[in-house]
Amino acid sequence: MNSNTITIDGREVPFTPGQTIIEAAMAADVYIPHLCHNPEFKPHGSCKLCTVQVNGRNCSACTMPAAEGQQVLNNTKELNETRRSITQMLFVEGNHCCPSCEKTGNCQLQAVGYYVGMLDTHFPHFFPSRHVDASHPDVMLDLDRCILCELCVRASRDVDGKTVFGIAGRGMQSHLVVNADSGKLVDTGMSAADKAAQVCPVGAILVKRTAYEHPIGQRTYDHGDIAEVSLEHDHALTGGDHG
Amino acid sequence: MAEKLKVATTSLAGCFGCHMSFLDIDERLLALCEVAEFDRSPLTDIKHCSEQVDIGLIEGGLCNAENVHTLREFRNHCKILVAVGACAINGGIPAMRNHIRLEECLEEAYLDGVGVVNPHIPNDPELPLLLNKVHPIHEVVTVDYFLPGCPPSADVFWKFLTDLASGREPQLPYDLVHYD
Ligand code: SF4
Ligand code: SF4
Ligand code: SF4
Ligand code: FES
Repeated sequence: MNSNTITIDGREVPFTPGQTIIEAAMAADVYIPHLCHNPEFKPHGSCKLCTVQVNGRNCSACTMPAAEGQQVLNNTKELNETRRSITQMLFVEGNHCCPSCEKTGNCQLQAVGYYVGMLDTHFPHFFPSRHVDASHPDVMLDLDRCILCELCVRASRDVDGKTVFGIAGRGMQSHLVVNADSGKLVDTGMSAADKAAQVCPVGAILVKRTAYEHPIGQRTYDHGDIAEVSLEHDHALTGGDHG
Repeated sequence: MAEKLKVATTSLAGCFGCHMSFLDIDERLLALCEVAEFDRSPLTDIKHCSEQVDIGLIEGGLCNAENVHTLREFRNHCKILVAVGACAINGGIPAMRNHIRLEECLEEAYLDGVGVVNPHIPNDPELPLLLNKVHPIHEVVTVDYFLPGCPPSADVFWKFLTDLASGREPQLPYDLVHYD
């Protein structure tokens, strides 16, 4: 009989057909590190942080459908070291100065860094020249911190129905663009209430006048690591623990 | 009695906040001095490292030629070199000048800035030359350990140094690791 089960690090995890590996895992309280995945949106599969080994092959847990009998490796030393390198690359290819960032303490990239034991950035820093768009009265855009996860693109297009954001360029030249002739946020239909203003996992899109609302000690990741926080969030969305 | 560990410290392109945080170990300094002694450091005013230093703590990144020189001296004399704080690890706040041309930075600070009197870019030959960009120290020398934070808390210094002094591999628990 088809029991709809996969194994993750030796543990049996049930799935419903159509679920991806990460969805089945999260429902069973198994955290798989991720950044461009957000349970509310269609998968994008770009950051590769969720890389797991399925029957011996590396693949993205956020795009790979769960299938009967898969043997998945997730929390292994080797995979976590790869994830640490990926995180370090994300840090050096942008400008991430956490001490001066409004998102600090509530940032998923930073929290993933803590989770994978990142103490340094290892690689030479690119120190790219990126700009800040402060034109909009209520929303800030600081491209120094953008990790190109496309969550704002997906949110604006699929939820807000506005298509305020897009990605232009390829490879090293990829960058976030604002859909207006001037290229400025103020000339779009963006509003602070939009989903696109809420989904950025890092401090690239911020609602103005909300910075540092919570003092150190009361921020999202001050006490719980990102594994705990993200499982809790996932259960709140999917209506509880069904693992 | 076993010989005391020699500890050297310096501040490169930093704000001394990391040193202040180190001193926040307060009365634990006395316990530390039972097992360690300070070598080259702004705390002792000793200007150069002894031949063999056990632990070198570097605050700040590299913003000028003298920083690079000092860093190399530390690397040559310290068995264990530690990058302390955001500035040493990734350039930190000073690296925020990296996307502005050096010339523009100097003009803004010394010629055109608000409230500047006697506009003049300092050019005394004693002054070390500025680097075009601020760099983290791992881009120039091999670094053995990293203590993140801006600054790392006193407990980070304490945990790290007591681990090393008692021959354990230093480990920071989740609560002590932060980048801000
Ligand atoms: S976006 Fe996150 S990782 Fe980047 S500077 Fe801000 S807090 Fe740090
Ligand atoms: S601005 Fe934020 S949400 Fe949009 S692509 Fe960049 S990191 Fe992702
Ligand atoms: S890391 Fe922070 S506290 Fe330490 S020197 Fe740099 S700015 Fe100062
Ligand atoms: S979370 Fe799967 S690729 Fe980003």
